[in-house]
Amino acid sequence: MIRVVLPQHLRRLAQVDGEVQLHVDGQVTQRAVLDALEARYPVLRGTIRDHVTQQRRAFVRFFACAQDLSHEQPDAPLPEAVASGTEPFLVVGAMAGG
Amino acid sequence: MSRVRVLVGTRKGAFVATADAKRQRWDISGPHFAGWEIYHVKGSPADPDRLYASQTSGWFGQLMQRSNDGGKTWTPVGNQFVYDGVPGTHQWYDGTQHPWEFKRVWHLEPSLTDPDTVYAGVEDAALFRTTDGGQTWQELPGLRGHGSGPKWQPGAGGMCLHTIVQDPSHPGRLFIAISAAGAFRSDDAGKTWRPVNRGLKSEGLPDPKAEVGHCVHRIAMHPSRPGVLFMQKHWDVMRSDDAGDSWHEVSGNLPTDFGFPIDVHAHERDTIFVVPIKSDSEHFPPDGKLRVYRSRTGGNEWEALTNGLPQRDCYVNVLREAMAVDSLDACGVYFGTTGGQVYASADAGDTWAPIVRDLPAVLSVEVQTLE
Repeated sequence: MIRVVLPQHLRRLAQVDGEVQLHVDGQVTQRAVLDALEARYPVLRGTIRDHVTQQRRAFVRFFACAQDLSHEQPDAPLPEAVASGTEPFLVVGAMAGG
Repeated sequence: MSRVRVLVGTRKGAFVATADAKRQRWDISGPHFAGWEIYHVKGSPADPDRLYASQTSGWFGQLMQRSNDGGKTWTPVGNQFVYDGVPGTHQWYDGTQHPWEFKRVWHLEPSLTDPDTVYAGVEDAALFRTTDGGQTWQELPGLRGHGSGPKWQPGAGGMCLHTIVQDPSHPGRLFIAISAAGAFRSDDAGKTWRPVNRGLKSEGLPDPKAEVGHCVHRIAMHPSRPGVLFMQKHWDVMRSDDAGDSWHEVSGNLPTDFGFPIDVHAHERDTIFVVPIKSDSEHFPPDGKLRVYRSRTGGNEWEALTNGLPQRDCYVNVLREAMAVDSLDACGVYFGTTGGQVYASADAGDTWAPIVRDLPAVLSVEVQTLE
């Protein structure tokens, strides 16, 4: 199972506590994880990536295994530790004031 | 017994205030959607328990919320706003052309007759509509397709469609306003549009007869006299007696004719309210005195309403969506400030008292009169 940690506002929106666990068929990529996440929680569509272009929203970043994966290609494989469920995939809201 | 429900959108959530017809003791609920910007909350005239809210965030984008129980519980509905066809370009701050990009929903205007139909005014400026209670939204592309889009430009707050007015006596007639493009009218339910800005004069527009480019801040209409419109423009308070075909200035003796909101008394068609603001670079009341101005003559002759409002050291702003009236007798008037106060008057502005003093900055105020 893939483990995903959402920022607090999106956890509240999706009505989940703690980590989300997702089953992903095939290669574990950003796109595959986000597709599975949005299929489970349709309310998150448009909040992490654009509805149409599927581009990551500017103030949302992706981290895993102490690496910033935000600029990786959406179809690039995620680290093995994420694919195996050892490490979570972190969706992070940028730390900007407001 | 009648009661009122005040819907307040703020920088960090929505709040709902309720009171009986005396409008003296208020119950406040919220924050709903804590931490999110709530640009507008509005109820359906056809079903007052049906509310819609625009919930937005610089991080996570646009969400739409619907309540079927007067704001006690909320359900997220569709949040996909896609421009029809190729979006095209508008003028950017530096005069270059810039592609249309959806940013947020500024204004929600539920249909007068159908709780499932709602118009949404968005930034970058366009008009959308749902007919399924918010599940899906479609652009009414005739507005952006008018042809003047490349001359539209953003104001300091963005290029927003912020005003939608429905004419109850002509079901196909709609008015909208955009900063900074101006006012537009449709007589065929939003299929085609024409600018209605004749008579507006805007500093910085070299053509005194410019068809578009005007920074209209708000338009108000009394439903029993829909041919008469009142406008708070960037500068100037304006009036039209021919459904927008022409405008004339009615700023009269106002201390400054800059401001954002304007509204009409529920029972007196020539009684209107504005909140004068010092200037476009000093967004606070003149002399540190928060004063609503009332005209009982449809403009030109204005009186300051100060009783209960701070008359020293007050430097808040009142934004364009942040004023509303109820339809009780006497008419109630409400407005919210960027300092987080929501003021109410149960006597058409003669006296004021705060409903609540310390909310986040208020973006919008609407009121429902309930039986």
